[in-house]
Amino acid sequence: MFLTYLERELRRRSKQALVIAVGLGIGIGLVVTVSSASAGVKDAQTKVLHSLYGVGTDATVTQAPSASGFGPQQFGFGGPRPTPGGSFSSTHIRRVPDLVPLRQSRVSQIARLDDVNAATGSLSLTETSVSGTLPDFASGGAPVGAQASGGSGGFHVNVSSTSLVGVEPSSTGVGPLSPGNITKGHYFTTPDQNAHVAIVTTSYASQHNLKVGSTLSLNGTAFQIIGLASIPSSTTDVYLPLNQAQSLAGMSKQVTTIYVSVNSAANVAHVQSEIQKLLPKATVTTTANLAKEVTGSLASATQLVTDLGKWLAVTVLLVAFLIAALFMLTTVSRRVREFGTLKAIGWRTRRIVEQVVGEGLVQGLAGAVLGAILGIVGTEAVSAFAPTLTATVGPSFATSGASAFRTAGGFGGGFANRFANGASRPAGFAARFNNLSHTVLVHLGTSLQGGTLGIAIGLALLGGLLAGAVGSWRAARMRPAEALRQVG
Amino acid sequence: MQDAARLHATREAPMYRLREVSKQFVAHGRTISALNHVSMDIFPGEFLAVQGPTGQGKTTLLTLLGALDRPDTGEVLYQGRDLSKLSDEALTELRARDIGFVFQTFNLIATLNAQENVEAALVPLDIDARDREERASEALAAMGLSSRAQHLPMELSGGQQQRVAIARAIVKEPQVLLADEPTGNLDEETRAEILDVLMALWRERGITLVIVTHDSSVARQASRVVTIRNGMVFAKHDLTARS
Ligand SMILES: Nc1ncnc2c1ncn2[C@@H]1O[C@H](COP(=O)(O)OP(=O)(O)OP(=O)(O)O)[C@@H](O)[C@H]1O
Ligand SMILES: [Mg+2]
Repeated sequence: MFLTYLERELRRRSKQALVIAVGLGIGIGLVVTVSSASAGVKDAQTKVLHSLYGVGTDATVTQAPSASGFGPQQFGFGGPRPTPGGSFSSTHIRRVPDLVPLRQSRVSQIARLDDVNAATGSLSLTETSVSGTLPDFASGGAPVGAQASGGSGGFHVNVSSTSLVGVEPSSTGVGPLSPGNITKGHYFTTPDQNAHVAIVTTSYASQHNLKVGSTLSLNGTAFQIIGLASIPSSTTDVYLPLNQAQSLAGMSKQVTTIYVSVNSAANVAHVQSEIQKLLPKATVTTTANLAKEVTGSLASATQLVTDLGKWLAVTVLLVAFLIAALFMLTTVSRRVREFGTLKAIGWRTRRIVEQVVGEGLVQGLAGAVLGAILGIVGTEAVSAFAPTLTATVGPSFATSGASAFRTAGGFGGGFANRFANGASRPAGFAARFNNLSHTVLVHLGTSLQGGTLGIAIGLALLGGLLAGAVGSWRAARMRPAEALRQVG
Repeated sequence: MQDAARLHATREAPMYRLREVSKQFVAHGRTISALNHVSMDIFPGEFLAVQGPTGQGKTTLLTLLGALDRPDTGEVLYQGRDLSKLSDEALTELRARDIGFVFQTFNLIATLNAQENVEAALVPLDIDARDREERASEALAAMGLSSRAQHLPMELSGGQQQRVAIARAIVKEPQVLLADEPTGNLDEETRAEILDVLMALWRERGITLVIVTHDSSVARQASRVVTIRNGMVFAKHDLTARS
């Protein structure tokens, strides 16, 4: 009787039931599409962040220099003081100055924390070469404070820097470089930690005419190139086994960045605070922090999806709920005689409420099915028609970041290579973007999650239930004596 | 020939005993006294016709007898139980088991066919589906409507609809059958047909029958007729149609 009655009633007002179901369906479809797009955008962001940041990395640990402890670093010319008119050349390998070294033992300490999958340390170094000719003051005057670029009177300065990163050969799942990045040659093997080997990025290789098997001289040591790596947004030029990097810089058992992989995204915040306890002075940066630094159309898409899309979906869903509830209310109000009669012949109010709620639920179910279909179609459509997005780590960031160095002229103290302190930014991140702004192209692939579908179907049922509840609230309040009133 | 009402009065307790029953309605700021201090008894097996001009309280009286509503003051005793003191659940239970209702406008559920409309009366009784079907078929057969069991109300004539409604009222074998102008929406011929059906039920099943009617032919068949004016009940006849 329950089903027969329900089916007949919905059939009688099939148009209205259809409107309710379609309304709920559109609302649900939008919710599914928007959350799929949102998940897609998040995936894209994660992809971007990982490519910018390191494979499988959920957090990095770095320590910025304290304001007093680390002023601008000076480097002088090694070797004999050059004479006016003469040429000079100097090469130094130093750690990236805005990263305070951490003890390597911290890496294993962090790796032992709960919920941490793996941790690895890396050492970021910069090889800076300065070469040029000094002007002859006797003939050319004294251009005190001459800019490095402006060479009056034969004053030429070439400053070039190569970014070096030491990585642990045994850590392949987390860190700035992974076997997946290797396009030619091979990744470091564990015995490589004691070998003079290097992996260079493809862009650095093409700039310097290097290939697998070539050698690269770093501070006078020849390193054999065993692989080429492609990391779209990386600013690193050369990767070395950590041991080798440490000995080049004279920084044994020290690292500048610790990459941490956490077992679940939900635990990242918890791990972050655990690391913070272990290293109170360190900066622990998670991908969530970094997402804020990304600009470009990916960021706009994120904004669009999270702001406009969410509001649109919520609004449509609410309107659908409202329509469903109002329709149900009018329908039930028109059935005063019917429900009054049922009460008069002994139907319990609860039984009538069940009937009305059942009607609402079936409409909700129809809305859910329709919404799921629309959602899947919408998701596919976004996937198919979405443009390729760009993600940019903004130039404002790069210039205020790590190595927008200024070269000041001056003879007494030599050249001062002043690094702007990126303390206000995640230092490890800054260190990786020390030249220019970086743009990565990403395709926005939506990702439909089962959970989302489940929630959406639940929402549609909730809408139906709500409509049923509103209707049955009205039905329950009807007096059975209404059945005997002539009009109605 | 015996006076049925008096017979019951001497042998049995009344089925209904109304004492000083009043019922008021407030509509648009005006208070309407639909029933004024009504006291009367209705005996088991009686056929009571309630007459009176429109708007005088006939339907109101029927809603109180049918446990659809409670009086404002006074008592409505049904088989010794005061309906004004029973809970909603108890009243619902009473309607489900003891009372059959027939309406002027038939009040069939438009989406359900004749068979299902009759079955609807058995829904509150928790009878299994097969039993329900069987009993509903029997009730329809008794009304001569077996061939129309699958018809929707709109596919039936007024007289047929009312017979379905009567089948729905009697399928649970109630103690009392209450009918509010059951012939009011029917033509002359069909009226007689429906009246015959009701008379037959009363005679054959010993059911207590209360019919509100303007129809003098109905009143003529009744064992007792009362008239309602201004919410007050006056005895009119005291005769029996039962032989
Ligand atoms: N729910 C209600 N709200 C307001 N007034 C009501 C209500 N029910 C009945 N009344 C009023 O009570 C009075 C008696 O109504 P009732 O329906 O009992 O009359 P009736 O004798 O059945 O009339 P009719 O022959 O037209 O059916 C009328 O004046 C009616 O307007
Ligand atoms: Mg009436």
